[in-house]
Amino acid sequence: MSANIYITASCKISEQVIYKNGQPVFKGGKSDLAEFLLEAYRHFTLDYPKFHKMDNLSKLGWLANETLLRDSFDKEKYKPKDVGIVLSNANASLDTDVKYYETAKSIASPALFVYTLPNIVIGEISIRHHFKGENAFFISEHFDAGFIEQYVSSLINNNTLQCCICGWVDVLAKNYNATLFLIEKDTSANSVNFAKENLTKIHELQNG
Amino acid sequence: MDKLMSDLKTQIIAQLNLQDTKPEDIGDDQPLFVEGLGLDSIDALELIVLLQQQYKIKLSNAEDGPKVFKTVRTMAEYITAHQAQNA
Repeated sequence: MSANIYITASCKISEQVIYKNGQPVFKGGKSDLAEFLLEAYRHFTLDYPKFHKMDNLSKLGWLANETLLRDSFDKEKYKPKDVGIVLSNANASLDTDVKYYETAKSIASPALFVYTLPNIVIGEISIRHHFKGENAFFISEHFDAGFIEQYVSSLINNNTLQCCICGWVDVLAKNYNATLFLIEKDTSANSVNFAKENLTKIHELQNG
Repeated sequence: MDKLMSDLKTQIIAQLNLQDTKPEDIGDDQPLFVEGLGLDSIDALELIVLLQQQYKIKLSNAEDGPKVFKTVRTMAEYITAHQAQNA
């Protein structure tokens, strides 16, 4: 457990449901991921035309982050360089790599090509909120809560970051799963200690 | 020319995934980039793909890009000139 560091908010998206701090805030009716994400985007009346151009991985991460930060994040507390993003997943950008490969058989799509790296989702979130802090994207077979705790704690404890958005954003074909955590030094109403047990518990929250 | 410009607007919206934009929102002489429709450099590449896919036109000189893709009208003029040249 990391002393004096807290999970102050969380967001989970899986099986057509979006959870904020463990509570469902949106249940979609579309089984197709792109349609479900668009449904959620419209439900929350978000206004960000660039969203429509993103690949599914970026849309999923971007939407999870919008839900995570809404009513939970005080941007005024931090400088742009204070806020970092550390994400992970199992399938990197493979979902888009495959789609790009298909277009490359005729005329390769530049709009798809720019999403053939998993860390682009970090860029999309950073552009949206003007975050300029340290960032990293790790690939692992399963969500490695211990590693995320250790890595993010190190960034916060050595004052590289004052705040970090971290977690898991994964998409491959019909399968998707996102869990984001807001990590800060100050406690809040919903905060729990930044510990791998809490990360795992929130990540493994089941629908229903 | 009017029909071509109308087709181009529909094709631009589809190619660039401009979901919240309707063809009538795009003016014939409205700048496509920056202060106009707000397109970016990746969109410029997609417009080159659009010319290639829909009109079999390859932009041979990249420096022509800003002139060709300035507005829907300049795109239509370029396509018309290219088609007349190859008729």
